[in-house]
Amino acid sequence: MSQTLDTASLQREPGVAPSTRTAFVRFLGRPETGALAGAIAVYLFFYAFAPAFRDASSFASVLYVSSTFGIPAVAVALLMIGGEFDLSAGVAVIAAALAASMFSYQLNTNMWIGVLVSFGIAMAIGFINGYLVVTTGIPSFLVTLGTFFMIQGLNLAVTKLITGNVATSDVSNMQGFHSAHEVFASTITVGGVALKVTLFWWIGFVLVGTWILRRTRVGNWIFAVGGSATSARAVGVPVKQVKVGLFMAVSFLTWFTGMHLLFNYNTIQSGNGIGNEFVYIISAVVGGCLLTGGYGSVVGAAIGALIFGMTNQGIVYAGWNPDWFKFFLGAILLAAILLNNWIRGRGEEANQ
Amino acid sequence: MKRGKSLRMAALAAGLALVVAACSSTGGKKAAQSTEQAAASAGKANTPHLTIAMITHQQPGDTFWDIIRKGALAAAAKDNVTLKYSNDPDSTKEAVLIQDAVNAKVDGIAVTIPDPPALIPAIKQAVAAGIPVVAFNAGIDQWKESGALMYFGQDETVAGQAAGARATSEGFKHVLCVLQAQGQVQLESRCNGVQQTFKGQYTKLYVNGADQPSVRTTIAAKLKQDPSIDLVITLGAPIAQLAIQAVKDAGSSAKVATFDFNTQVPAEIENGQLQWAIDQQPYVEGYEAVDSLWLYITNGDTIGGGEAVKTGPFFVDKSNVAAVAKFAERGTR
Repeated sequence: MSQTLDTASLQREPGVAPSTRTAFVRFLGRPETGALAGAIAVYLFFYAFAPAFRDASSFASVLYVSSTFGIPAVAVALLMIGGEFDLSAGVAVIAAALAASMFSYQLNTNMWIGVLVSFGIAMAIGFINGYLVVTTGIPSFLVTLGTFFMIQGLNLAVTKLITGNVATSDVSNMQGFHSAHEVFASTITVGGVALKVTLFWWIGFVLVGTWILRRTRVGNWIFAVGGSATSARAVGVPVKQVKVGLFMAVSFLTWFTGMHLLFNYNTIQSGNGIGNEFVYIISAVVGGCLLTGGYGSVVGAAIGALIFGMTNQGIVYAGWNPDWFKFFLGAILLAAILLNNWIRGRGEEANQ
Repeated sequence: MKRGKSLRMAALAAGLALVVAACSSTGGKKAAQSTEQAAASAGKANTPHLTIAMITHQQPGDTFWDIIRKGALAAAAKDNVTLKYSNDPDSTKEAVLIQDAVNAKVDGIAVTIPDPPALIPAIKQAVAAGIPVVAFNAGIDQWKESGALMYFGQDETVAGQAAGARATSEGFKHVLCVLQAQGQVQLESRCNGVQQTFKGQYTKLYVNGADQPSVRTTIAAKLKQDPSIDLVITLGAPIAQLAIQAVKDAGSSAKVATFDFNTQVPAEIENGQLQWAIDQQPYVEGYEAVDSLWLYITNGDTIGGGEAVKTGPFFVDKSNVAAVAKFAERGTR
């Protein structure tokens, strides 16, 4: 990639030299601007109220947990911009991890073989989701609701069938585990702070996602398909291929997250992952994606995941009464979204 | 076309070669099989065939419940019983499952009572229909009201109190009780029990048990927020593993102890990562629930003399872990 992809260059349309005022107005109008303000507000809030939050290593753990939501959220945001939902994403993460672990363990293969088999299964899940949505015309909310339950059931039943237990066996002493751990779950120390490698992968995926969305023909197709599938079809956009591709992109990143869980935690509980699909959608929506499709950004979804991660951890760092945890979580998310909306409203006003 | 096909064949062949060449010579199932032992099994009773329904509030995919089920199946195999297992964490739905079992005219019902007001009416109907009912695992305070014949389980408050007392005697100053499902009566009772008997400072923390990264980072966050915490008590073995990692992440010197058991716990006790584990012997709960119904139906017996039969708390620590480890390894302890 020869272009530099810093955020400043992404906020401008290519080939336009804007005056300061229009650049500012355009900045206000970007989907992620409001979310960025929300993130800064949440950060300052916890910085003020939670002394332990100020530590660099504390923030590293916030970034880690955000990255585990944020990586699938990159693809979930693209999918939502393309006008579809995927409710199966949370359990698909666990399915990928279970598949890799059980394949390698049961057949005594190198872990990397399990990783590849799991990749194939993940791609098949994405393809089936996408194919069912585009061929049946049933809303993706319902199709993936079905596959959500099916995958959840398969996770539990197949694990029990194969291992006789409901969690996979420890695979940390198998060949290939170490190198896979390096790729998916290693820790990199930067300036004395231990950072999980998922953070760097996350940044990479956000850059690639943003590049696809803003600089490629496929990106235009995604916006067109999400805005109006009928008119997109009329101007020659391959609607079906785009949608199936988006579901497979979600599967790719859920697979990646599943590999991280496996190589970071060695064993996987088959009942996990339920509810995380909503965290991915929340990240995308808090980050400015519209529930109706056709609008949003990948950077925004990343900021949304960061807001969610900061709020989750920040409440603990602040040491507030744990009985009220969920209430605080909801209240702070709501406040961040209100700020987001207010700023976007200002941007639209200024544009008129 | 032809070229594409031969390319695909080549890729397939290469893939197969890779699979063959890529076997792991360490770990895996082969290594496990060499140490595996046959699970406990005995002869089979020649009493008439019975159908027993076991109805629980299990959340799908929990290792703990798996052990209960294994115990129940072992008793069923011995006693010439067909076991019909069903579960739902939502107590109104569990009540419906009890009603279903009554309608199916089973010979006996083994049931957990996590939410007595919602479940006791359904159990009373079963008793009124002439079906013997045994309660286990949950409902130790109110099982008698339901008309159940016997109860097998651990008093969660008593277990919590035992944990709190032990933490006090070991000289800990500040305990963190980690609860993985907010609002679950069993788990809340354990933490409350700890709070009642622990002499030092007590703090509670809720985590999302269905997401490993958030459990780990949330515990680490709490340890950083309050460095005076010197003992983390978790309420499930998988959570304990994450707590051990969280203690490392936070650079804390806190110790970890846990309720319940799984295959990894013995090794962690042996190498000192875990102080102790409280086993409530779920295998016994499942086994006795079925076996006691068989005794009652075939011989009119009851166990416990009208009182609950306690299966725990049983402390596993360095002194006795070796004896328990081999059973944990095959997934029955």
